[in-house]
Amino acid sequence: MVRNRILGTLLAIALLALPPVAQALGEPFYIGIASRMLVFALAAMSLDLILGYGGMVCFGHAAFIGIGAYVVGILGHHAAEETLLLGFIPGTSSGWITWPLAMLCAGIFAFLVGAVSIRTQGLYFIMITLAFAQMAYFFFVTLKGYGGDDGLRLPQRSQFSDLISLRDKTTFYYVALGVLTAVYLLLLRVTRSRFGMVLRGAKENERRMLHIGVPTYRYRLAAFTIAGALAGLAGALMANQANFVSPAMMHWTRSGELIVMVILGGVGSLLGPAIGAVAFLSLEEVLSAYTEHWQIALGPLLLAVIYFARRGIYGALVTRRVL
Amino acid sequence: MGILLFLEQLLNGLQLGTMLFLMASGLTLVFGIMNFVNLAHGSLYMMGAYFAATLFQLTGSLLLASAGAFVGVLILGMALEAIILRGFYHRDHLDQVLATFGLILFFNELVRMIWGPQAYFLALPEMLNGSIELIPGAPYPVYRLLIILIGVAVGAFLYMLITHSRLGMLIRAGASNRGMIESLGVNIRILFTLVFGLGAALAGLAGTLAGPLLAVQVGMGDGVLITTLVVIVIGGIGSVRGAFLAALLVGLVDTFGRMLLPASLAEMSIYILMAAILWRRPQGLFPAHG
Repeated sequence: MVRNRILGTLLAIALLALPPVAQALGEPFYIGIASRMLVFALAAMSLDLILGYGGMVCFGHAAFIGIGAYVVGILGHHAAEETLLLGFIPGTSSGWITWPLAMLCAGIFAFLVGAVSIRTQGLYFIMITLAFAQMAYFFFVTLKGYGGDDGLRLPQRSQFSDLISLRDKTTFYYVALGVLTAVYLLLLRVTRSRFGMVLRGAKENERRMLHIGVPTYRYRLAAFTIAGALAGLAGALMANQANFVSPAMMHWTRSGELIVMVILGGVGSLLGPAIGAVAFLSLEEVLSAYTEHWQIALGPLLLAVIYFARRGIYGALVTRRVL
Repeated sequence: MGILLFLEQLLNGLQLGTMLFLMASGLTLVFGIMNFVNLAHGSLYMMGAYFAATLFQLTGSLLLASAGAFVGVLILGMALEAIILRGFYHRDHLDQVLATFGLILFFNELVRMIWGPQAYFLALPEMLNGSIELIPGAPYPVYRLLIILIGVAVGAFLYMLITHSRLGMLIRAGASNRGMIESLGVNIRILFTLVFGLGAALAGLAGTLAGPLLAVQVGMGDGVLITTLVVIVIGGIGSVRGAFLAALLVGLVDTFGRMLLPASLAEMSIYILMAAILWRRPQGLFPAHG
């Protein structure tokens, strides 16, 4: 436990100190990369709630991210063009409105997807979440009004009534860090609550939970919806980070990469998937510096990690409490 | 909609359906018998197309190229199974999905390195390039008819193989109780390798046949993989009969969807079909186990 606490403190200091250090070293480029990692860490963490704790292998998580991103993108587009969405909704680029709305829309979509998917199990669940994500993907590909396949440029980043300017890299970094921390603390509470216990119980043995008298379907659906909404929030951040939204954000390989991040970091540990996201994106940066064909190394590496290191990076780093 | 147009679309739907069946039969067999999810099935399809394109450039004969590609993917599939994938049979589906996802990344990049990012196009020989008037007034491309025939022939072959041969008996026995046939002295490892190779070769055949219709390019297997997964999920994972009917259903729904529905709905039609079917039958149309 002491070791864990020291590791945690070191991690917090490193995260807070990153922008000034990068500036001092004359490499502000790294702040952008680190921000991207934080956003992916948020997405991976949200997936861990359902994958790690709920045992639901969602192969369409990128769709929720994409929907969150498109909410920000489309409303911003209408604000800049001064047109109405569907003829009656005015656009806006205020983050106070668009970010919660991104969570709401992604959450509603997750609720609908979950309502159908959670009735199925195992491989069927993997495939049906994948199919829904493909539906979302093709829907946005065919939305020619918003750029279709080419995507949509954000006219301006989300505004927070002049309090915060996301154009500044360092500010964006701290906003992403703040959101990630808040979500981490929230998910920590959720997973340790009675709700989290039921979720884990249903993963271990659903029949037993049902016979105790717990309606596992509802709990699972609630967890799925929360995870979807949080992924939508990650999408809103991602849109601001890249200043761009496109269907590629919800391509099925992106969903696959998110699962890889969770597994690589260590399932069911919240911090693990965040570390996994950082590790995956670092690997991408490092390998792609050597060769443009870096994926030829990534594939076999992935195979090896899955074959040999089931507990992931987090499992190797931290002595785990017995649950 | 005129009756001729309807018939033409019907044939197009059947052609897409038989193509999907070639993919789905292998995937669903491998799942049914080894309880293994192989996302790299799309990569085998792609390799089939590339092998055929290369052999076609070398020999100029479509028949030789197809045969070579079939054998090539058969060997590739058996090697893949024996060297890597065998180790994942006893792991859970999540591990299998991720491991084969890693293989997709590997194969896509490998193809990009060997053949380059540009697309290849296969030309059809004169004999197959024309059209034939099955119904007076409605010429239909010979090549597409050939695909339908091959698909139906493969379906008949698999039916005979599974229900009327010794190998098929072992396959069925392996699907229903793996441990039992192992203790009866059947070498199950070889059986698994054979089944995997057969599935791979059928995927390679589908890729070869797709060559002259679509561009042969990196990632061509990814899209068809997802559609194939939809097919086997609708049909009931593990059931070849389910895969056949579901493939035709998906082929027809997709083809008619594109003709009748607005673009964004048409792209989604098969996924809506799948969601609707799973809503009523969470195990697909023909659940293979229990």
